[in-house]
Amino acid sequence: MRNHSLKANLTGYTFISPFIIGFLAFTLIPMFISLYLSFTSYNLFSPPRWVGLSNFEKMFTNDPKYWNSVKVTLYYVFIGVPLRLTFALFVAMILNTGSRMIGTYRTIYYLPSIIGGSVAVSIMWRNIFSEQGIVNGMLMALGAAPVQWFGNPNAALGMLITLSVWQFGSSMLIFLAGLKNISGEMYEAASVDGAKPVRKFFSITLPLLSPIILFNLIMQTISAFMTFVPAYIISKGEGGPLDGTMLYSLYLFRQAFMFNNMGYASAMAWIMLIFIGVITFILFKTSKLWVFYESEGGR
Amino acid sequence: MDGPKAQQYSTIAGTGMQRGTLWRRVKWPLYHILVGALALLMLYPIIWMFFSSFKESRTIFTTATTLLPAEWIWTNYVTGWKGIGGYSFGHYIWNSLVIVVLSTLGVVLSSALIAFGFARLQFVGRTFWFGVMMVTLMLPHDVVLVPQYIIFTKLGWLNTIWPIVVPQFFGAPFFIFLMVQFIRTIPKELDEAATIDGCGKFRLFLQIIMPLIKASLATAAIFSFYWRWEDLLGPVLYLNSPDKYTVSMGLKMFLDSESASNWGGMFAMSMVSLLPVILVFFLFQKHIVEGISSSGIKG
Repeated sequence: MRNHSLKANLTGYTFISPFIIGFLAFTLIPMFISLYLSFTSYNLFSPPRWVGLSNFEKMFTNDPKYWNSVKVTLYYVFIGVPLRLTFALFVAMILNTGSRMIGTYRTIYYLPSIIGGSVAVSIMWRNIFSEQGIVNGMLMALGAAPVQWFGNPNAALGMLITLSVWQFGSSMLIFLAGLKNISGEMYEAASVDGAKPVRKFFSITLPLLSPIILFNLIMQTISAFMTFVPAYIISKGEGGPLDGTMLYSLYLFRQAFMFNNMGYASAMAWIMLIFIGVITFILFKTSKLWVFYESEGGR
Repeated sequence: MDGPKAQQYSTIAGTGMQRGTLWRRVKWPLYHILVGALALLMLYPIIWMFFSSFKESRTIFTTATTLLPAEWIWTNYVTGWKGIGGYSFGHYIWNSLVIVVLSTLGVVLSSALIAFGFARLQFVGRTFWFGVMMVTLMLPHDVVLVPQYIIFTKLGWLNTIWPIVVPQFFGAPFFIFLMVQFIRTIPKELDEAATIDGCGKFRLFLQIIMPLIKASLATAAIFSFYWRWEDLLGPVLYLNSPDKYTVSMGLKMFLDSESASNWGGMFAMSMVSLLPVILVFFLFQKHIVEGISSSGIKG
């Protein structure tokens, strides 16, 4: 460790002190409180009562609604995120041309991501998928039968996933920035060797983009696990129909703030934290198999 | 991004050389038709809501498949603006603005201070705290939701804006990271020259670095505006009298009273709530696109 003068240390810590104070007050201490509460029964009004592992026991063995929310969330994340990223990469590839209109297209494709978190958009989504909404109108125009989006848990979840895919914009921007960094010479060399576009995609584009794909995959997975607003608005806070849109965050919210089961909700939050940690760890570990780092000269 | 080279290795235009002149003549119009059609499809829900907000409530769903209203009705905006819960929509906009302005000022200034500390000052434990910050960036906020609520309740901050605004004054990891990246691109010789001239660290930050990182400050301010303006969870948890409600809560009230079927008013106010977001987006899209592309964070 290098030696810094007392004064340098003091100055440094003065500058970052807001972060340290905020971290302790709004993250670290709350996390400990949450950990403690997860072993208690607590309703905010009477003091917490230590119940040992019974919150976790109930969660794993005696709460079908919990398992349903896990299932719904896993579907939401593991269908939604790959679809969103695939779509983002696809559009980024299409837009990575020399056309002068690209700026305009990029703006349009990104717009849904900017407004996507708002209540207005969730209200809009709820209405375009309503029984007489525009989506059913289009389905009927194409000769298909209209779907009761609010009558069937799978259809309702599909509606949520569509909303998430619609907001592919920020991943698209990141991919677009990554694509621009790939040198054109590589493609030229490949063309000289007679490589077809598909081959170029799998041998050049995908490997060189893989670190960015990994990064996006991790960030998008984490944020997908925490999705709350669309499920809350589209189901009017109920998670229906038949708990089909009861995402984990929504169920946690209901346990904590509608039923005042603060202990149980804290236990749920910790299981989620551990689960997300494990998923992230797995993604990092397996990334050695498929992520290509140029500076290391390949795998 | 322009130029013949870019076109040569693009996916769409890549094989143009080998094909006939007909292909060369139609490929760009074809490209624009396809990309434009996709853009239109992406925007269609928003366009649909826009035109529906000028239709009479009763006819919105019976005429869902015809885009333009038979006759343009402005009354939706009048009845919508009257709001719900005894307060006009203007009242909710004002409440949102107060939160947005205070939060944004707080988060941008504190994040800049912290970022300067991390990027430019030498002190023991710097790497450690930077690591801590990067971890909090990925931390699911669900885990601190319940304990934060308990803390703010015990502080007597329920039904005030403080639980939403105060944490912003301790920096946000995403913005800190963004600004650290930005400060690192500024040559260190500048600091050294200033220090030799007897400039203290705080003056160096305020008078030399701050003006140079304006672009990243703007990016942070824009994102902070979006997140606070669209925030639903904070207001749902902490604001419980209509007098304090924000725009998101105002819209949610429309939804909750949907049985009154004032769809026109709800759509009209949804459009009003999106207007500032879309306006800021078009005015500052360069900052936004650069912020996303360079840092690669935010879902």
